[in-house]
Amino acid sequence: MGQKAVNGALNLTADVLVIGGGPAGTWAAVSAAAKGVKVILADKGYCGSSGATAPSGTGVWYVKPERELREAAKASRYTMGGQLAEHGWMDRVLDRTYENMNKLGEFGYPFPLDPEGKPHRRSLQGPEYMRLMRRLVQKAGVQILDHSPALELLADAYGVGGASGVRTQTGDVWTVRAGAVVIATGGCAFLSKALGCNVLTGDGYLLAAEAGADLSGMEFSNAYAICPTFSSVTKTAYYTYATFYYEDGTPIEGAGSKRGRSVIARKLLEGHRVYASLDRAPEELKPLLRVGQTNFFLPFDRRSIDPFKDRFPVTLRLEGTVRGTGGIRITDESCATVVPGLYAAGDAATRELICGGFTGGGSHNAAWAMSSGSFAGEGAAEYAKRLGARAASRDLRSASSSSFASGKEAGFGNASRRTEEIVRAVQEEVMPYDRNLFRSGPKLESSLKRLDQVWNEQRERAIERSAEGVKAREAAAMTATARWMYHSALARKETRGMHKREDYPELDPRQHYRLTSGGLDRVWVRPEPVKQEAAEKEGVPL
Amino acid sequence: MIEVISESRCVACDRCVSVCPTNVFDRAEGGIPVIARQSDCQTCFMCELYCPADALYVDPDSEKAVGVTEALLEERGLWGGYREKVGWGKGRKPVAAHEYMYQLSVKTGF
Repeated sequence: MGQKAVNGALNLTADVLVIGGGPAGTWAAVSAAAKGVKVILADKGYCGSSGATAPSGTGVWYVKPERELREAAKASRYTMGGQLAEHGWMDRVLDRTYENMNKLGEFGYPFPLDPEGKPHRRSLQGPEYMRLMRRLVQKAGVQILDHSPALELLADAYGVGGASGVRTQTGDVWTVRAGAVVIATGGCAFLSKALGCNVLTGDGYLLAAEAGADLSGMEFSNAYAICPTFSSVTKTAYYTYATFYYEDGTPIEGAGSKRGRSVIARKLLEGHRVYASLDRAPEELKPLLRVGQTNFFLPFDRRSIDPFKDRFPVTLRLEGTVRGTGGIRITDESCATVVPGLYAAGDAATRELICGGFTGGGSHNAAWAMSSGSFAGEGAAEYAKRLGARAASRDLRSASSSSFASGKEAGFGNASRRTEEIVRAVQEEVMPYDRNLFRSGPKLESSLKRLDQVWNEQRERAIERSAEGVKAREAAAMTATARWMYHSALARKETRGMHKREDYPELDPRQHYRLTSGGLDRVWVRPEPVKQEAAEKEGVPL
Repeated sequence: MIEVISESRCVACDRCVSVCPTNVFDRAEGGIPVIARQSDCQTCFMCELYCPADALYVDPDSEKAVGVTEALLEERGLWGGYREKVGWGKGRKPVAAHEYMYQLSVKTGF
């Protein structure tokens, strides 16, 4: 155990601390509070606008509880995901998503109505959804700390018991002692500026791993979104209607938004500029599409481009684990981790349980966020209740691998420039398509050599409890995330789900397992069997 | 990136300072907020959406500042365009409830 828990300007106690205020964090907070415990939610930015969901529109995996519909829904991504999902988990998530979406309607979410006047609950508009979630969190009596990123978890020999961080708008240090902690900090998109994703830097993975938790499915971390070159809007659904073109206007054979995304990547790697036009959208759908995703059209309107007619340059922007499926491994139905008192939800947790190794983007991620959030919130509340009054007398210490110092103790003069260098070094390993999208043993090994060095150099670094220190911790989290990703990718010597190996282009039935990973200075990876009931149902040989 | 806070439109409510997920703005004593860390802007448009006075403009380019002027925004009628589309603000109906949402979902599965 590390330094004694810091006491800052703001010292609070709670039964449950939720770190992260996106959909998973807010559902965790509301669900924990419903169990009658005291809850604090700390968001790195602003609960209501932070994260990938708030600026987007998203479909939701909302399926009526009818046997045939449910079976079809479960089968839809099972094979694409490399058969790593589990039926029991899919059932639970479908049930809870159905319940929570219906609750959202009761709480006032303005779902569109069908011709019979009944609410049609298949998608959510991010701004509306997250504004409502903030209200519900407040109504539940949860204290929200905005602009309050966590820098370190606090723990004793019995498990996690709180966290500490900094309030970036005042510079104050905050400390919350809590019976249980839920990590809902989202995935990691490596500061690629994918829509709403720059707050998603893998912070929760690092916090959890420092406390002794492990991860799962980190090889499923190479999602790239189609995006106009002049924009941050990484919404890819509408590219179903796109034709992709070379500079001279001839169509690119095989390029497409789904399976043809690799073709786009290859062309970009060859040095071509790639253009798109949604010229295959049927006329009568155009006004509907415009309403369906208002933000999709925003960049075009502001550049006076008609995306249904004009050709515009596109690129592929890294979404990492945000639209991948890897994350903190959970060990039971309450979304607990291997560390007592520590829970994980949303994109911070692995989504393999419901979608295996194929992009959890859109509907599955949204469903996972609201259900795993609820499971984790309830689990954390029950855990904290069992702890009772003993929670208050714990001797908590920092679980962090970083050493923290105040500005006067260490020379932080070049901290900002150094952090930028580290971020760039990590981005150079994880962003290029010929490293992360098209993987191979030698390329992964050479990246890991450099990433290990980047990690080791940071181990010497003292981190300031300040906004600048937050960025330094983000850099550390991204470095650690990249190492878990590539170690896992190296261990999976096959192509499965979104993980593509050029040197092992086929799926290998003998590698039908999940990969668990962890460790800081020394990263380890080991296989974990997929529950048998899942495989048996599909008639897959074990 | 965030490009402009209009001095003539801004009501100094500091809402943008609160809602910006990446803490791009600073409050200014007795004045309107300032864009203090433009390069931290992730181009998510949330500040524009939450601004009750349509006083902010976020350019779609997320990599570099393009130097948009108030006069150009005025001329092209670009103030508050996103908020209007989302249906936030007095007398507006949220786009979430739009009948096209239902039709699109039935026809395309989106």
